[in-house]
Amino acid sequence: MNTGTLNYVKLVVLALATLFAMIAASYARDLAYQLHMVIFMIVAAGLFLTTLRATDEPVTPTPSHEYFDSVVRAGVIATAFWGVVGFLVGVVIAFQLAFPALNFAWAEGYANFGRLRPLHTSAVIFAFGGNALIATSFYVVQRTSAARLWGGNLGWFVFWGYQLFIVLAATGYLLGGTQSKEYAEPEWYVDIWLTIVWVAYLAVFLGTIVKRKEPHIYVANWFYLAFIVTVAMLHIVNNISIPVSIWGSKSVQVFSGVQDAMVQWWYGHNAVGFFLTAGFLGMMYYFVPKQAERPVFSYKLSIIHFWALIFLYIWAGPHHLHYTALPDWAATLGMVFSIILWMPSWGGMINGLMTLQGAWDKLRTDPVLRMMVTSLAFYGMSTFEGPMMSIRSVNSLSHYTDWTIGHVHSGALGWNGLITFGALYYLVPVLWKRERLYSLGLVSWHFWLATIGIVLYAASMWVTGIMEGLMWREVDANGFLVNSFADTVSAKFPMYVVRGLGGVLFLSGALIMCYNLWMTVRAAPAKAGLGTAVPAE
Amino acid sequence: MSILSKHKFIETNASLLLVLSFLVVTIGGLVQIVPLFYLENTIEKVEGMRPYSPLELTGRDIYVREGCYVCHSQMIRPMRDEVERYGHYSLAAESMYDHPHQWGSKRTGPDLARVGGRYSDDWHIDHLRDPQSVVPESIMPKYGFLERTFLEPDHIADLLKTHAFVGVPYTDEMIEAAAADFRAQADPDSDYDDMLERYPGAQVRNFDGQPGISEADALIAYLQMLGTLVDFSTFTPDANR
Repeated sequence: MNTGTLNYVKLVVLALATLFAMIAASYARDLAYQLHMVIFMIVAAGLFLTTLRATDEPVTPTPSHEYFDSVVRAGVIATAFWGVVGFLVGVVIAFQLAFPALNFAWAEGYANFGRLRPLHTSAVIFAFGGNALIATSFYVVQRTSAARLWGGNLGWFVFWGYQLFIVLAATGYLLGGTQSKEYAEPEWYVDIWLTIVWVAYLAVFLGTIVKRKEPHIYVANWFYLAFIVTVAMLHIVNNISIPVSIWGSKSVQVFSGVQDAMVQWWYGHNAVGFFLTAGFLGMMYYFVPKQAERPVFSYKLSIIHFWALIFLYIWAGPHHLHYTALPDWAATLGMVFSIILWMPSWGGMINGLMTLQGAWDKLRTDPVLRMMVTSLAFYGMSTFEGPMMSIRSVNSLSHYTDWTIGHVHSGALGWNGLITFGALYYLVPVLWKRERLYSLGLVSWHFWLATIGIVLYAASMWVTGIMEGLMWREVDANGFLVNSFADTVSAKFPMYVVRGLGGVLFLSGALIMCYNLWMTVRAAPAKAGLGTAVPAE
Repeated sequence: MSILSKHKFIETNASLLLVLSFLVVTIGGLVQIVPLFYLENTIEKVEGMRPYSPLELTGRDIYVREGCYVCHSQMIRPMRDEVERYGHYSLAAESMYDHPHQWGSKRTGPDLARVGGRYSDDWHIDHLRDPQSVVPESIMPKYGFLERTFLEPDHIADLLKTHAFVGVPYTDEMIEAAAADFRAQADPDSDYDDMLERYPGAQVRNFDGQPGISEADALIAYLQMLGTLVDFSTFTPDANR
């Protein structure tokens, strides 16, 4: 089929989509659905118009000998943007917990903590982390395969389709469109849309690997590929639900009670395991060796730890359900595998850290490399803390408390945040063809603000988490509970303020990064030979 | 190290890498999830469980919509302090009609699995309107808009039908009477006997004390029945579970 005919097919599909969205918006049973259908309608109508204008016009051929970097540049911008949004919402909800008056009366139907918290988690995991993964995977797979991204404009579809998913999810939460499954809150039609985008993402990524000019698939791509495939499986199974009506956002989960809880945490823990770990290890395996200018420490270690990590992670979910109504055999399996998982996790950390062999001196002069190494240190710490917290007796204290929140953030801010910042600092000068970053001094500022912010965050949450866990279970000599629940809430106040301040530091660091990257593009000297195509090497 | 050198075969073949990775990541989930659907002792046999009444189910959807699960668990663990504080530990049977479950993962506020009957309706209204007025230390947001938002049971039959489709034992009669039952439960002057026959133990009151059926009515109807259904005098735990 030539481009001309394809355009006519596109026009028909887009016209039907516009029409359907228009009808759906007028029949809508709830506000979230109505707004989303209006958004769908505008997007489809806009695409219809642009397609129509391009129909029967001469087409400029795509330069197949160049890397497809424009979509990666867009991804870098989106990562920085959603990062700041996600951190900002995080700071707001942290202070809502310290000062409940920040749940403003004028916004109580939209911006109470219960609606903003999913906005924060989705913004940082899926908007910030997801864009970072898509952008870096598109960059890495091209460079390590010596091939242009497969699928032409499909890369742009993945990028914009994913941004649309983020906007639908975020506005849905504010308007009450949620199915209450943690980290999988978006409703059924948003899930379907993400599935379509994700399949396209897999096609682009795998297609590029298939047409590679290198015989071997580079280790970073193993991790990216495992992440894409596993997230597809998790997303589909965890979101199986039946819409109450096709004119409304409400749906009913197919699983219930104990089975649903098991599926949820099989999904939930592997959102950590594959989205935030395997995918980001892919990032680590490319950018750490590049920045250190050293080869990966051990090829054999990477084989062992790759297969062990992806096999073991998927079992870890039930450690979220110790002492619950989940049968003991399942919880025990989850605990045992979580503890074993410590080893492949540290295998990845060791492989990353030891890549610096012979280049440790660079840590003194290169703040970007320092950021990457610190992220590996945080990865090591949280993958030790995690297995420890999955032990039943430790979990009996830590579960339901702020300790879990602190653990997640030492991983998310320390590992995912810092490795992403490192990758962005590496990518911006390369993608915009600048000789260097605008200011290494500002990178140092970012590094220290972020690191101190994480330490304040994690330390305050250890204190409140262990304190409230102990206060809940404290009984006096006669066997009566010593503390009311309200006592434990008020005791946490100072630490909640410290946590909020830690978040402010982390956010300020990210803002400094945005300024630095912006100035790099605007003001840093351009590389000689600007404008020439980058050949696929 | 001859085995490791064979890895070359996998890492030069994209489809093989894809298929093997996928197989490896399916195993854990299959082993942990599938047996929960056929092992008979996964869900205890108990007396008293019934599907939610239409008003309670609507209240549950409001609970979900507002993200209450973000701060409140509904899963009491079998530990001395929890049983003392919240009541009998939670059973799998108690959430067997929960699509999806509301076990939660965090207690920024207390567990709600057995909050039913603990406080009066008036307390709940005051607490939703201004939590700090009844619990000064509370950091819960205000939910005063719930009592100002009114409900019509236009789509309640569809909701019950969908729940029936995924396995909740709603009968055709229940679905047909859904809108009437919804109204009857919030109006003590109504003819609610049929509703009570369909949903034994459902509490009939004007929960928010004002005319009309508000979201606060539905939410309080849900909160007041949480954890009250199972008859624990007839329950014996299974040691092998």
